[in-house]
Amino acid sequence: MANTLVIAELSEGKVRKCTHSAINFARQVGGTFSILVIGSNARAAAVEVTGFGAAAVLTAEDAALENPIAERYAPTVAAVAAGFDVVVVTASSFGKDLAPRVAAKLGAGYASDIAAVKVDGDKLSYKRPMFAGNAYGWCEITTSKQVVSVRQSEFAAAEPSGGASAIGSVEVSAADPAASRVAFVSLEAGKSERPDLGEARVIVSGGRALKERFAEVLDPLANLLSAAVGASRAACDAGYAPAELQVGQTGRVVAPQLYVAIGISGAIQHLAGMKGSKAIVAINKDGDAPIFQVADYGLVADLFNAVPELVTELKKG
Amino acid sequence: MKILVSLKRVADPDNANKIKVTPQKIETTGLEFKPNPFDEYAVETALRLTENAANTKQRLGEVTVVTFGPKEAESTLRAALATGADKAIRVDATDDALDGDLVARALAKLIETEKPDLVLLGKQEVEGDANQVAQLLAEYLGWPQATFAGSIKSEGDTALLVGREIDGGTMNLRVTLPAVVSVDLRIVAPRSVQSVHTKADHAYPEGVRFAALMAIMAAKKKSLTEVKLTDLTGDVGLKIKYTGFEPPPARKAGVKVKSVSELVEKLKTEAKVL
Repeated sequence: MANTLVIAELSEGKVRKCTHSAINFARQVGGTFSILVIGSNARAAAVEVTGFGAAAVLTAEDAALENPIAERYAPTVAAVAAGFDVVVVTASSFGKDLAPRVAAKLGAGYASDIAAVKVDGDKLSYKRPMFAGNAYGWCEITTSKQVVSVRQSEFAAAEPSGGASAIGSVEVSAADPAASRVAFVSLEAGKSERPDLGEARVIVSGGRALKERFAEVLDPLANLLSAAVGASRAACDAGYAPAELQVGQTGRVVAPQLYVAIGISGAIQHLAGMKGSKAIVAINKDGDAPIFQVADYGLVADLFNAVPELVTELKKG
Repeated sequence: MKILVSLKRVADPDNANKIKVTPQKIETTGLEFKPNPFDEYAVETALRLTENAANTKQRLGEVTVVTFGPKEAESTLRAALATGADKAIRVDATDDALDGDLVARALAKLIETEKPDLVLLGKQEVEGDANQVAQLLAEYLGWPQATFAGSIKSEGDTALLVGREIDGGTMNLRVTLPAVVSVDLRIVAPRSVQSVHTKADHAYPEGVRFAALMAIMAAKKKSLTEVKLTDLTGDVGLKIKYTGFEPPPARKAGVKVKSVSELVEKLKTEAKVL
């Protein structure tokens, strides 16, 4: 049975909820798993993940780990991983940056952004989205040690299972020599009270058609639905929405209960990021827009009229 | 600055929904080959870093483009040479003989002799969508990495200030060269790349440049060499093996509603998501 190491992701001193997707993976693999919490305040954050049934919660804490720099994190992750068969992290920007570096250190194969795992005795197979989600490939890693990143929208957040895993600290390894050639300068974080795109139950997403009125039109609807706000690439490229809101093949991949696409034509790359949503609503004045091919409910209308009307209608209760 | 860019051809990404998926393979027959968009952006980035935008004919650095592929993939390299890249290398290989790890190992070996100051790669190749070669390569070289770059400002050809597009915002890193950088979509916005050669307030046209006819002719004379994959990597096996493929689940056909009130009604009573 496999022994899996889950890498927790920290943000502002807390474990990001996307970590729970990696825990879900570890449970599906079976066997036992431990969670490595790494960062400058790992010990304080570790208590957040002691209730998930891990054999151990391991902390690697050091002031030099304040920012997630792969050249600083990878040596410790790889050293801890020596005692495990499988290393898993969620395929966030953090996980995608770090995991290959860890795999290379371990001489391990790396299956990225997986959508499912199949367990057949000791053999693990991984299902990966390819070609902008227009195909899935099943693959195996040929090395005995395996590194994977899991797609948050395909692995539901694990629920706590009770119990209290023991917390133990591990030694922080020396940073890669390359770490002396990379310096953290600053973080420009989008300030938002809204839920994270990866965790939201509802997403209201806008396209280029909104122009400068992106926030003015979408915010009232998003507020009403307690929704996260997303955007198409075209809206981000044009500067109507910040880049971190981009939903798509190479942006955030989401699968909320409800995805409302407003003024989004539905390029293949955008569909790749949202067509796993439970219910999809599209509002677009072009009735032939490809977004209608994946929408459960399509409304051909001018969004500048339809969205305020939708807000009014929803307020009626 | 000497820059090495990896560039791969892919089946037309804007028609990726036309691929045929059988349990044995993914067929892209009938789809035109295009450069992987992120790689094309990496080439554009490299050109912007090695020129004065006021006089792009004069090269102020060297850009080498590398691809992995059969002989026919050379047209992708020639196209990059026509836009301004200085020389090209084709590593002879077919896709089924490659995975991200092997590409990274081969590039690392190539870099020993090419000795670039900077390696630029697209953040992911849009067929495999694996997003890993830059990071693996950085580790194999022992170089710093800056992934998912949405902006790059070169600082005197010895360091780069890189704005990384991450979940929830932008992380700015300063990397000292040599380094590996993977680029994201916004890198080809008008002011995303600032080199020491070009006036700071210069705005490029959005996107990548096109080659002039004269440049296409001239590109035929530029150096394009071939290297055998096994000469770079020896006889190393793949770390990832595909055993089967399947199409994505189809979504059931939706309906068009006539009004906002009908939409709300359906969301409440049918979809039950409100």
